[in-house]
Amino acid sequence: MKKRLLQYIKSFTLWELLGGLMVTGKYFFKRKVTLQYPDEKTPNSPRNRGIHALRRYPNGEERCIACKLCEAVCPALAIKIDAEPRLDGSRRTTLYDIDLFKCVYCGFCEEACPVDAIVLTRFQDYHVENRGENILTKDKLLAIGDRYEKDIASDRAEDAKYR
Amino acid sequence: MMEGLILIGTIVAKIVVIIVALLLSVAYLTFLERKVIGYMQSRIGPNRVGPRGLLQPIADILKLLMKEIIVPTASNRFLFIIAPIISMTTAIAAWAVIPFDKTFVLANINAGVLYIFALSSLGVYGMLIAGWASNNKYAMFGAMRAAAQSISYEIAMGFALIGVMMAAGSLNFQTIIQAQSGGFWHWYWLPLFPLFIVYWISGVAETNRAPFDVAEGESELVAGFHVEYSGTAFALFFLAEYMNMILISALGASMFMGGWLSPFEGIPYLESAFAWVPGIGWFLIKLGFFVFCYLWFRATFPRFRYDQIMRLGWKILIPVTIVWIAVVTLAVQFHIGPWFKEIL
Repeated sequence: MKKRLLQYIKSFTLWELLGGLMVTGKYFFKRKVTLQYPDEKTPNSPRNRGIHALRRYPNGEERCIACKLCEAVCPALAIKIDAEPRLDGSRRTTLYDIDLFKCVYCGFCEEACPVDAIVLTRFQDYHVENRGENILTKDKLLAIGDRYEKDIASDRAEDAKYR
Repeated sequence: MMEGLILIGTIVAKIVVIIVALLLSVAYLTFLERKVIGYMQSRIGPNRVGPRGLLQPIADILKLLMKEIIVPTASNRFLFIIAPIISMTTAIAAWAVIPFDKTFVLANINAGVLYIFALSSLGVYGMLIAGWASNNKYAMFGAMRAAAQSISYEIAMGFALIGVMMAAGSLNFQTIIQAQSGGFWHWYWLPLFPLFIVYWISGVAETNRAPFDVAEGESELVAGFHVEYSGTAFALFFLAEYMNMILISALGASMFMGGWLSPFEGIPYLESAFAWVPGIGWFLIKLGFFVFCYLWFRATFPRFRYDQIMRLGWKILIPVTIVWIAVVTLAVQFHIGPWFKEIL
């Protein structure tokens, strides 16, 4: 009986509703947590696995020797490689495609690579505008590698002692 | 002849001022809504278009105006087009009797409150016709829900306002406001507090706003009675909804919060200190408070279930108003307190 009366009083004074209004009223003045993305970014780790890149040696020679270990280890079958001996006799890829739609960014290719040629950079914000652009060809991968070589190298050096 | 022309001219000028101000305030109310709700959810809301996002509503209006108006083949074309027009005209026309200041009111008629009731009932036809003419089951459901809800809550709202009419002894807005003169404790929210609460709850329900927006119920009915509307036709419904929100707020401000009266009347220092604020300033502050409450409720409360809405309307709000009307009757009869003075 007493409980029932209390409940009536509570519901007629709109007690719970006022409590709810207090909560939202409090949050109205609280600091906002929104991050204004293109202007502000969250810090990310050197281990962050973003877009792929193919690296070169300091003398400009590409590292990849077409051993196809990455192709073999890739769980999503996103990598496709063709290889031929180059004119100077060294073994190199003629085709190195990564399908970004298939890739799951697990980083196994990087782990498998004996010459540190294929790497996942820390850069994540890229987009595809036309059909077919989701396939990263060898040229594109090398270009990405050239562009970010400094970051890639420093990220690897930072992480080297934990590997 | 000349006098007649001048009279018509001033009336038209007043109409233009009111409508332009209304359209602008509706546009910026949408912006305010997104901002306020964002702030209550720890977000910052739109801030990309123009400085601090202030041009966002302009961009929205342009978008809506440029879009194609699609009329479904299966719909009743005539009714489909006329429905948003009905909604819009009733929403605008109701503003004719709202007093903004001691002298600034478009039509100071004796049956002002009755006029408002009539027009808010007519507005239901807009929704009902829109839902029916769309020939879409979701629109139909939405329209029926919206109509049933509006009509039910109109009763509670009517009873709540009857209390005000009895206290003021008039249906004229200016008389009602004058009857509340003298400090904020003379306003009717205090002696008619239950009616004030009932009025406000049913006002929110009447405009089909959260937490009473089952008529929209995006998880069930997509958008309610205006699913099939696009472009300008949709914009008209949108305008009507927001204008009705502001109208309900304006009514609340003038019926329970003393309209354009200063809250400090009769307080020695404050009255003279705030004497420079024009009546319309006080009116807009009170109106703004009610409008903010609309947004606050939307950010706070989850949606009611449909049967709960009906139960609240018929079994709680209406009995409460009836009881309090009886109390008001006695209070008026025996001239209790400073509120129920003898009407001269």
